[in-house]
Amino acid sequence: MIPRHLIIGVAVMFVVALSTGAYVWHMQGSLAKSVPDADQTHPLPPPGNGPSEQVTLYVAHDDTGSLRPQSAQIPLSGGRQERAEQLVKTLLQLYLGESSPHPIAEGAEVRAVYLVDPGLAVVDLNTAFAEKHRSGILVEELTVASLVQTLSSNIPGINRIKFLVEGEERESLAGHADLSRFYDVAGVDRMISQMQTGQ
Amino acid sequence: MRWSSTRPRTGVWSTCNKTNSRTLDAVLACAFIVSSASAIFSFSASAEEKQLSIYSSATSYSVSVKPHDGQDYVALLELLQRLGPVTAKADGSRWKLRFKNSEAQFENGKTRVRIRGRDVNLPMSFVLDNGRGLVPVSALSILLPELLGKPITLHEPSGRLFLDNTAVHFTAQMNNAAPAGLVINFSSPVNPMIATEPGKLRMVFQHEAVVAPGSEILTFGNKLIPSATYSATNGAAEIAVSAAVPLFASFSNGGRTITISPAPQASPTAQSVAPAAATPSGQPQTAGNTITNSNLPVHYFVVLDPSHGGSERGAALSDDLGEKTATLNFALRMRQEFETHGLSTLLVRNGDETLTLDQRSGIANRAHPAIYVCIHASSEGTGIRLYTALVPAAGESHGLFIDWNSAQAASIDTSQSAATNLAAEFSKRRIPTRSLVAPLRPLNNITSAAVAIEVAPFTGGVSDLSSSGYQQQIAESVVAGILEVRAKLVAKP
Ligand SMILES: [Zn+2]
Repeated sequence: MIPRHLIIGVAVMFVVALSTGAYVWHMQGSLAKSVPDADQTHPLPPPGNGPSEQVTLYVAHDDTGSLRPQSAQIPLSGGRQERAEQLVKTLLQLYLGESSPHPIAEGAEVRAVYLVDPGLAVVDLNTAFAEKHRSGILVEELTVASLVQTLSSNIPGINRIKFLVEGEERESLAGHADLSRFYDVAGVDRMISQMQTGQ
Repeated sequence: MRWSSTRPRTGVWSTCNKTNSRTLDAVLACAFIVSSASAIFSFSASAEEKQLSIYSSATSYSVSVKPHDGQDYVALLELLQRLGPVTAKADGSRWKLRFKNSEAQFENGKTRVRIRGRDVNLPMSFVLDNGRGLVPVSALSILLPELLGKPITLHEPSGRLFLDNTAVHFTAQMNNAAPAGLVINFSSPVNPMIATEPGKLRMVFQHEAVVAPGSEILTFGNKLIPSATYSATNGAAEIAVSAAVPLFASFSNGGRTITISPAPQASPTAQSVAPAAATPSGQPQTAGNTITNSNLPVHYFVVLDPSHGGSERGAALSDDLGEKTATLNFALRMRQEFETHGLSTLLVRNGDETLTLDQRSGIANRAHPAIYVCIHASSEGTGIRLYTALVPAAGESHGLFIDWNSAQAASIDTSQSAATNLAAEFSKRRIPTRSLVAPLRPLNNITSAAVAIEVAPFTGGVSDLSSSGYQQQIAESVVAGILEVRAKLVAKP
């Protein structure tokens, strides 16, 4: 006798495996498309040299437990994907700096940001980012919210964001913020508006 | 920088495994909705696929076992992935593996392996199959201690591998006093799949390292429930209870106790607890052919979940105070306060156990509480942060994942009004409070009203978190806030 739970479980997993496969296939397709794009652009000029553009970063502040918009210059880039990566790199530099309003661990990096149509951005963090991140609901939520808001408000068309760590799905950032889900930008907007006012 | 070509595959693999455990409870909850005989037969073949289950203190998972030359093989990279950073590279007939700080070199068709500069001989040869390194299951007891730097226990006949001191022991005793039942106590919380058939109730443990009692056949000298047998095959343990009457199982003691009792046959209560009675297909259910687990009539007013525990320590609040300890202390204080007010309380853990988020939501949902309160502690900021779940916007659907992730959606209004009342009570006691929404599991997976509380120090010192005065203040505020919305919580459909 095979327990019915098991059978239905397997059936559901089969469907899930198919849809996950389709999702990854879709992602691979988009990656394949985006790589030649990257090759066509010139190497990014180092910050401070060459043309740049002004963007708005949404910076987490631990003292108030909220996000504050802050202007920054990033090197002008041809592709959306390069622009997305520049945005998060600039944000991280701020967090890694000496007077960081929301310190993150040394060695923390965003390995890549992949833009997958329609509207999905995949942010691939490195191990140090997650493993050494401070643990707590608010502190992790601030990191997630800041990345989502910075990307979605500067790159038109992003409406969902998925976080990976070293290319793999992870249960949570540092024990709290759920990384197994897709973050829909509208939901994160609600989360942030509570953060700005929730007293 | 870019994903290498192997990355997406790795992603799929880990996603599928996660899905396995994550969807388990969802599957249990919706098992009765998706009832189809054709599905049973078309998928039974894959259900029989050979697998090896791995149990460590942090996680449990299964990998598939592939036959090769009449021997059982597993993909080594797949097996190690959940245990730490691992990379592998194929170079001609050679295969190099790096796990944490250990390096191993294998060669296709050879039994000799070089691990951390030493030669080791395997009982069967290594196989390189399309760039995947396969090792014989029987070689794991030689390879893994070298790679992991700690002893392991491999039980080859049952396809189970124990990495740390993860064994879950159990005892079974007949309770002859009314209501009579077989009481099985486990050393850690369990969440088995349960199925009944005429004359038998089976509990299958795939995620818990349940090990054999002294004897694999247990007899109870009882006419209704004469015996039970333990067996372990293909990566799972099973306890089968034989009986002269239909049985049902109920959970208590935070998932550590399962009581097997004769089902009140054909009585209205029995119908209401058997989910199979609600199959939309309208197929009549034969007596004793019911699946019971997720909707047993075990009711508690409140479920308190001290977050973290065991190997999952949570935040380090100070050099000698871990979050897991602080959350348990707050939870114990709250339970005392709830019980003083005559409100039944279930603690998800009352010791230092490692529980997965699925186990936590499983325990909470089975208890059908009026409210679930998840407790966290932080050394950052001051006072209380109250959270309700960040549920996906209405009408949004991304398939099963999100459905399970929005189990909370139906109760979110009640959760928010409970949070509002709690905030008012904290403010009355002049404890700084913020109300927020958070992408925090298992909040999303809870079907009843659910809130999370993150307690930070009151006046700035971490020592506040272990002060009994502060703990008492928090506990009193929580109970007062919940009593305030009691009527609303209980009236909830
Ligand atoms: Zn916590």
